[in-house]
Amino acid sequence: MSLVFSDEQEELRRTVRSFLEHASPESEVRRLMESDDGYDPAIWRQMATQLGLQGLHVPEEYGGAGFGYVELGIVLEEMGARLLCAPFLASAVLATGALLAVDDALARKELLPGLVSGTTIGTLAFAGPTGRPEPAGSGGLGPQGGTGAEGGHHGLLAARAASGYTLRGTRHFVLDGALADLILVTAWAEGGLSLFAVPGDAAGLTRSRLPVMDLTRKQADLTFSDTPARLIGAEGDAGPVIDQVLRLACVALANESAGGARTVLEQAVRHAKDRLQFGRPIGSFQAVKHRCADMLVAVEGSKSVAYHAAQVAAAGDSDRLARAASMAKAYVGEAYFSAAADNIQIHGGIGFTWEHSAHLYFKRAKTSELLFGDPVHHRGLLADRLRV
Amino acid sequence: MSRTVTAAGLTTLVDDLLRSHPPAATDPHEFLGARFDAGLAWVWAGPGDGGLGADPALQPLIEQRLAAAGAPAPFRYNPIGIGMTGPTLLTHGTPEQRGAYLRPLFAGTEIWSQLFSEPGAGSDVAGLATRARRDGDEWIVDGQKVWTSYAHIARRGLLIARTDPDVPKHAGLTAFVVDLTAPGVEVRPLRQLTGEAEFNEVFFTAARIPDTQRLGPVGAGWRVATTTLMNERVSLGGGLSGGVDPGAALLAAYQEAADRGDGNPVRRDQAIRLWIEANVNALTAARAAAGGNRGRPGPEGSVLKLAGAEHSRRAAAYLVDLMGPAGTLIPDYRMTRPGLPLGGGGPRDTAAAFLRSRANTIEGGTSEILRNILGERVLGLPGDIRVDKDVSWRDIPR
Ligand SMILES: Cc1cc2nc3c(=O)[nH]c(=O)nc-3n(C[C@H](O)[C@H](O)[C@H](O)COP(=O)(O)OP(=O)(O)OC[C@H]3O[C@@H](n4cnc5c(N)ncnc54)[C@H](O)[C@@H]3O)c2cc1C
Repeated sequence: MSLVFSDEQEELRRTVRSFLEHASPESEVRRLMESDDGYDPAIWRQMATQLGLQGLHVPEEYGGAGFGYVELGIVLEEMGARLLCAPFLASAVLATGALLAVDDALARKELLPGLVSGTTIGTLAFAGPTGRPEPAGSGGLGPQGGTGAEGGHHGLLAARAASGYTLRGTRHFVLDGALADLILVTAWAEGGLSLFAVPGDAAGLTRSRLPVMDLTRKQADLTFSDTPARLIGAEGDAGPVIDQVLRLACVALANESAGGARTVLEQAVRHAKDRLQFGRPIGSFQAVKHRCADMLVAVEGSKSVAYHAAQVAAAGDSDRLARAASMAKAYVGEAYFSAAADNIQIHGGIGFTWEHSAHLYFKRAKTSELLFGDPVHHRGLLADRLRV
Repeated sequence: MSRTVTAAGLTTLVDDLLRSHPPAATDPHEFLGARFDAGLAWVWAGPGDGGLGADPALQPLIEQRLAAAGAPAPFRYNPIGIGMTGPTLLTHGTPEQRGAYLRPLFAGTEIWSQLFSEPGAGSDVAGLATRARRDGDEWIVDGQKVWTSYAHIARRGLLIARTDPDVPKHAGLTAFVVDLTAPGVEVRPLRQLTGEAEFNEVFFTAARIPDTQRLGPVGAGWRVATTTLMNERVSLGGGLSGGVDPGAALLAAYQEAADRGDGNPVRRDQAIRLWIEANVNALTAARAAAGGNRGRPGPEGSVLKLAGAEHSRRAAAYLVDLMGPAGTLIPDYRMTRPGLPLGGGGPRDTAAAFLRSRANTIEGGTSEILRNILGERVLGLPGDIRVDKDVSWRDIPR
């Protein structure tokens, strides 16, 4: 297994990079982050029709390109470097990942092509009020099972209806939840934690936009009041599906964050060369230079661990994936945040202004560090898995 | 020979070597010599130099396959030779020099050392004062080197000496291969804070070196030295893990502490944090090796050296902390002069390893110097104010 990219993969990187140069300049990031939905539908369409990004990692039978996570990681790194405002993580990683992971060929056949072509925007609603997924561990936890709403678990409950199911309860911190056309949501049914599909305009669905610190990635709370839903897979299937999807999401986010870390290092270095104080560029002062050097170490480490995780994800061994995903998420989460913070420090007062983009990366970095489990959480998972 | 050597072809060559020289039944030096002859020492080098003219990205494959078969690791038998002076000879040596030195170097039958640092020139090694004066087809060397690792068992050394004191410091240096057993060369032990003497002082008193042992042109010593230093940083940055978990010892140590009731969530988190660091560094090393560039590592090697040194220092301190007061006991401070191969004697004592780890951020370039290199050569930040820049070496205050 090699950690360098093939010529084709480098070509993909160049293509995506030049696309994003015009699709996601800072002015666009700022325009979109101030909007409710936070993305540009025309760009989203181009991403799908011209570049096929949404379905890069989806098998060809569903309209995808049939590549894997290494290619997806490249794309995400470039998106992170540019702070692309788009529901890519929600739709292409979470929703698409859930459909690929669940045992339901019919749902895949019906739902994936829309996600791949970009005509449907999907998301995955799995989190309780703490942001964590609910533990599906002990199985068979229906509404009366003690871990539902009555058990103090703020569960989202699924009841069988004449045709299909209805859902009642709330899911939190749903990425692009206010905008998604297709919401895949976990809820407690008789048979345990299960996966359901709900259209974005379903009856009894209330979507409340959250006042997110990182304006470049929107979130919402979703409240379901007897909302009709379709079961995906079988009752009780959702636990392992969510585990798998979140591991892949950690890999994806680690690659995206490695791209962001790369950009903040570039910004810091550029400023350190340009800004003169005491008659010299500030980058000639070791306090500044050495901070940049440490950022470089963090960026290189982030790339190594993110690329590795993408390769493991592409290879498909779930135990190795669990390790690689947590390792990447814990390491890159901290590395990106500290690099983004250092970037503000190196910029001084300018770095604290709204006008400068340093804060956009800083906010993305902190939010990403805590999304899908913070570094302490992932080190805990690793410790369990390594049996210490 | 060309880059048409394929991974499959190399695998066959490695397997042939393992068959003709089963590691368990072969003297390690003999094995390494045979490996050199098979062109599997450094595949990117030319035939006869221990290579096959192959893509350097194929090297990790060889290392992994050989490690898995229990073959001797050349680095352990000649750390300075394999890590630094070998690649330097490959880059700057004449065909005669390469022919004479490379095979015994790789086989570990001639240990090498690196004669750069002096009492007055460590980080600023280009300011060194050891003089070499031309005398016919020989050079006469006078001066002192210090902190010279393994000089007490080395046959040869890579020496940087001043051949012209009247030009700016970087321009007046020349590199030589020196026979450390020759007359006029004296090696004295220099004791370290660990009690032992892994390094030495080396005194040159009218020592004679034939001009045929000059490495590179007169006045090009700095270019040669830079090749060595860059390789040193890659080599000290912690090599390829060969599939072994580079953080395994940390986990085992925490587990042992937990088993005797000293586990807690903070220490557990620290163990995993360090485990991640170790693995991330190994991945970066693998990435650097796969992008390899024929014994001329870029300044990126400095990333590895810095990250590796800082990590090993943290890890060693953590292991002492885990043990509590018992971690502050050390078997003895006996003055010894360690031999080779490295790491033969099982796991090092925790306190001794902790003490030794303080050298990691000094040897091969201090962490501060590495940050300067990363800042200036990789990131392109402006240099510091240089008071000695356009001054002839003779006029620099020292
Ligand atoms: C175990 C060990 C083995 C060694 N083996 C060898 C060997 O085999 N061969 C050999 O040639 N040498 C060897 N060395 C020497 C080593 O390369 C030097 O010690 C090292 O380069 C530092 O030089 P110095 O000791 O003179 O410290 P100095 O250069 O005096 O540095 C002292 C302090 O000042 C800082 N400093 C100096 N310049 C700057 C600057 N420009 N910016 C910021 N900070 C600065 C340093 O970082 C350090 O903290 C070895 C050293 C050790 C500890």
